[in-house]
Amino acid sequence: MTKIAYYPGCTLKNKARALDEEARAAARLLGYEFEEIDEWQCCGGAFTTSRDEIATKLAAARALTWARDHGGRVVTVCSACYNVLKQTNAAFRTDSEFAAKVSRYEKTDPPYRGEAEVVHWFELLRDEIGFDKLRAAVKKPLKGRKIAPYYGCLLLRPSETLAFDSPENPTVMEDFIRALGAEPVRYAMRNECCGGYLTLEDRDAAKKRSAAVLSSAVEMGADCMITACPLCLYNLTKNAAGPLEIRYFTDVLAEALGLKEGGENA
Amino acid sequence: MNKQDLKEEIVRMSGSAVEKCMRCGKCSASCPSYEDMEYHPHEFVYLVEKGDIEKLMASESIYKCLTCFACVERCPRGVEPAKVVEAVRLIVIREQGMNRLKPDDIPGLWDKDLPQQAIVTAMRKYTK
Ligand code: SF4
Ligand code: SF4
Repeated sequence: MTKIAYYPGCTLKNKARALDEEARAAARLLGYEFEEIDEWQCCGGAFTTSRDEIATKLAAARALTWARDHGGRVVTVCSACYNVLKQTNAAFRTDSEFAAKVSRYEKTDPPYRGEAEVVHWFELLRDEIGFDKLRAAVKKPLKGRKIAPYYGCLLLRPSETLAFDSPENPTVMEDFIRALGAEPVRYAMRNECCGGYLTLEDRDAAKKRSAAVLSSAVEMGADCMITACPLCLYNLTKNAAGPLEIRYFTDVLAEALGLKEGGENA
Repeated sequence: MNKQDLKEEIVRMSGSAVEKCMRCGKCSASCPSYEDMEYHPHEFVYLVEKGDIEKLMASESIYKCLTCFACVERCPRGVEPAKVVEAVRLIVIREQGMNRLKPDDIPGLWDKDLPQQAIVTAMRKYTK
């Protein structure tokens, strides 16, 4: 069992509890023990790009420092946490003034300078576990399912910093879907924004964004869409309607691995 | 703040090299919020470069940006328009009394499926 520091984030402890529980259960089955970061704080959901913003980046900074001192890396499941932690980490590496200011609050010894690595669960699956091993672990292949992978923006951009996958032609979720025995559906809006937090500011505008994503996937024949982001799931289910199931990727993962209720390993 | 100071402040906060813009409009063509904005990403860049920033500050456009980074990704000149939009919005909401979203607004906007993430992210974007 490989231990890895884990940053769950606020929503995975509340509205998206299944995302947390299923990600951990699947990880255990595939040889990883997620070790929750002590006293982690909410990342804030979005990285504030302005270079003079310090306070809004401290929660991420604390998590990163803890990860540095506990194995050297941190895994996330939520797209937003991934984006915030990784962009904050890059700020430590590229902006010494920012790093010095944070050190004045943090008082860590030695001062944090971006040493930790931030990885998403998809990256562990692709780069370490490997899709062949995942395929071999599948108990109930999702045969005949046409699944549209929804990347959205937070996993991919800015690509220079995140380096998660190709920003315009990503493949990791398609490969993931194939490993589970289903068929990935390619559609135009897979890497465009769902409307995000705009749902609280201008719901009608958010509705247009989500509807465009959903109809694009329906047009290409998808019967299900998967996401790693609770806000995407919300927008795509509450701000759009279509003949399409919207699920967390961990949900289809748990199903294929036989970890769901009624499954052999339940 | 006078025009020049305002421009310098925005350039400093965003780190954006607005003068590198060649006005191709690819940022705006990529922007999912295009139709809901009065000023579009390329216009943010242009007006900041000109120092004509008050009209951006007064526009609802600063609240329509999704921070989706499509404009950053697709700009061939590395201008990073999203960071310019964010800096203009921060200049506005950092003023006393200018928070766009207040905690008291949340109950009226809440529904049972709304993830915590939606609230914290909106508070981060619309509140100092
Ligand atoms: S980051 Fe903002 S301005 Fe840029 S493309 Fe996205 S919504 Fe438009
Ligand atoms: S894409 Fe870049 S260069 Fe083209 S108009 Fe936008 S900011 Fe200017």
